[in-house]
Amino acid sequence: MFNEMSVDDQIREPYRALVDWMEASGPEVLEQKRLEAETLFRKIGITFAVYGEGGDPERLIPFDLIPRIFTSGEWRKLDRGVKQRARALNAFLYDVYHNAEIIKAGIIPADLVFRNDAFEPAVIGIDPPRNVYSHIVGVDIVRTGPEDFYVLEDNCRTPSGVSYMLENREIMMRMFPDLFKSLRIEPVESYPDMLLKTLKSIAPRKCDREPNIVVLTPGAMNSAYYEHSFLADQMGVELVEGQDLFVHEDRVYMRTTRGPARVDVIYRRIDDAYIDPLCFRPDSVLGIPGLMNVYRSGGVAICSAPGAGVADDKAVYTFVPDMIRFYLGQEPILNNVPTWKCGKPDDLKYVLEHLGELVVKEVHGSGGYGMLVGPASTKEEQAAYAKRIDADPGDFIAQPTLALSACPTFVESGVAPRHVDFRPFCLVGDDVRLTPGGLTRVAMREGSLVVNSSQGGGVKDTWIMSD
Amino acid sequence: MLSRTADNLFWLSRYVERAENMARLMEMGYRMALMPAVVDGNRSEWESVLSASGCAAGYDPDAPLRQEEVANFLIFNRDNHSSIINCFEYARANARAMRTAITAEMWEALNNALMELRRPSMHNLVKNELPEFIDWVKKQGALFRGATDSTILRNDGYDFIRLGTFIERADNTARLLDVKYYVLLPETSMVGDGVDNYQWTTVLRAASSLRAFHWVYRDDYSPHRIAHFLILNPFSPRSLAHCSEQITQHLERLARHYGQRHSVHRQAVEMYSLLTQSDMDEIFSGGLHEFLTDFQGRNRILSLAIADAYHFGGQ
Repeated sequence: MFNEMSVDDQIREPYRALVDWMEASGPEVLEQKRLEAETLFRKIGITFAVYGEGGDPERLIPFDLIPRIFTSGEWRKLDRGVKQRARALNAFLYDVYHNAEIIKAGIIPADLVFRNDAFEPAVIGIDPPRNVYSHIVGVDIVRTGPEDFYVLEDNCRTPSGVSYMLENREIMMRMFPDLFKSLRIEPVESYPDMLLKTLKSIAPRKCDREPNIVVLTPGAMNSAYYEHSFLADQMGVELVEGQDLFVHEDRVYMRTTRGPARVDVIYRRIDDAYIDPLCFRPDSVLGIPGLMNVYRSGGVAICSAPGAGVADDKAVYTFVPDMIRFYLGQEPILNNVPTWKCGKPDDLKYVLEHLGELVVKEVHGSGGYGMLVGPASTKEEQAAYAKRIDADPGDFIAQPTLALSACPTFVESGVAPRHVDFRPFCLVGDDVRLTPGGLTRVAMREGSLVVNSSQGGGVKDTWIMSD
Repeated sequence: MLSRTADNLFWLSRYVERAENMARLMEMGYRMALMPAVVDGNRSEWESVLSASGCAAGYDPDAPLRQEEVANFLIFNRDNHSSIINCFEYARANARAMRTAITAEMWEALNNALMELRRPSMHNLVKNELPEFIDWVKKQGALFRGATDSTILRNDGYDFIRLGTFIERADNTARLLDVKYYVLLPETSMVGDGVDNYQWTTVLRAASSLRAFHWVYRDDYSPHRIAHFLILNPFSPRSLAHCSEQITQHLERLARHYGQRHSVHRQAVEMYSLLTQSDMDEIFSGGLHEFLTDFQGRNRILSLAIADAYHFGGQ
């Protein structure tokens, strides 16, 4: 297992100053800081609800004080690799809703795209502004060695976590001003500004003025509500719910104290299925009836575009390196994790024979739900899972259990290594932009590889050292 | 501004004000109960507090009308829409639904108040030290208003917050005065005696106005003066006249800001004129309780008219 901070008891170079500081401060000071940080988080009210626990909808996410650090060299590679994926994914989305060249070329099976739940026939042939479908791409990256980075998955719909990236930094700067003074850490504060620029740049065809932008949330009960309000606040735009918007003729309006006000760009944090009850789920009260008609006629821009989810499917994921070659004519900078597709008979056979070693995921699952972590499972669990795979092999993929890198983390017994992953956020509009930073998620339990916040994982600040 | 946001801001400040008023009502009950029982009075001070609070209908008819039970009902009862804990829950839920429209300081004031209120130790405080608890609630109100006053932009959101505060406060002052009505004095000879006067000064205390009153009227603690101070005196910060003046001003600001007037503007001015043109003799001769009831009705209609003019539904 690769330890981000030290190799063979030698402190790795980017962590040198941090370790010196920690040693000089001593455990009491660190414990004190940890308590302070928790108080700050509770005061500000940064929360993330966990579904299905029936508990506090305003649970705090565990925050770890020890940052995860990348050298500028490491970051340059990640930066180029993530932007490359974001471009290829958008090219793919444009393609599958137009001529589907990649399917005609026999690179991706048609079924995988057209019979995919996230494929949205309602947007076929629509040209969204700048032909961008996925405007915010969150790429989950893990590391297994000094030079070995793997993409675990792409999130092309509404990846969350960026508020933690910003708030973590805010709190770290409050807690450790000295470290920030002495080290050169790339700032992340420009994210909301970059997001606003991106949203402005995708104003719809019919918009003849400075676009009016809103963030659309399902409401205060949503697990990521804090983030929705945080981003709206940071960008200085309205945070709206479906009930605040309505369609009149071929435009979208919001209800204000002065009467209706036109809306041009909607950064929605609501799933496709709920955004327009006339087009998708008729029982949804979260959305705006008629929204899709306005979208189709170029009266409003939706970020991310409906149907963008077809690119972040776990089965489609396996083809992203091929997309990069096909659309960009480049070699992928970041590798995929080797993946077995249970839909293929040979792969299925291998997966069923090696369940104890593999991580098996539902193709359409997210948030760490419904997966089997082979090495941590019992024979009974494996047998039960095998039945599910057999019933519908195409719904599952499997990957080796990677030896994820670990980062020293505060736990009850002191400081101990815990597995981490990393999600940078790439913005796609008139330009492709990446904030130097991202969200490092950490599995708080010893040996656990599951870092999702919905599964009790925690977060860390991520420092990109500048040259 | 989103209509829903205006609605939330308006009600957020109403709930904070209401919580504080519940505490003030209890302060009156507590102080009145310290006096020897009113002769033959078949209503207790706590019953009158309950009546004036407007929540009497939800009170268990079999429960005793003692301090502990009434206080618990007014503070912690989840079925009582206007209990202090519910007021803070609603205020915070409203704040949470539009975090972008309020400042961090305002949020922290509400959040901390609710967190503390949810602690079990608060029940002990209420049981053993009701006056301390009452002070605590008043302090939370002051903190929230202070945070609002010193941090929020003076835009339309500010006006909706203040409108909520003064609509609710006007209602609340009318209720405070009404407690006195509900503490029935069985014999007319009692009016104007020591107990009666004590009760009237209790009204002033609960409105945090004893000192202010003294500055204005010196030592003339007559019911006439006290009622004047809390109804017609525009310098008294909890008086109906002052609340009405503030409501008029904030509606006026909105009209200027939006470049648009509604019938609610005329209604507010009418209410204000009513208060500047009345005198206490008239009010007493027509019946104080009747005057207060009528005022509360007008105030309620005004609140609905504000919601109507600015396209929010009201809660």
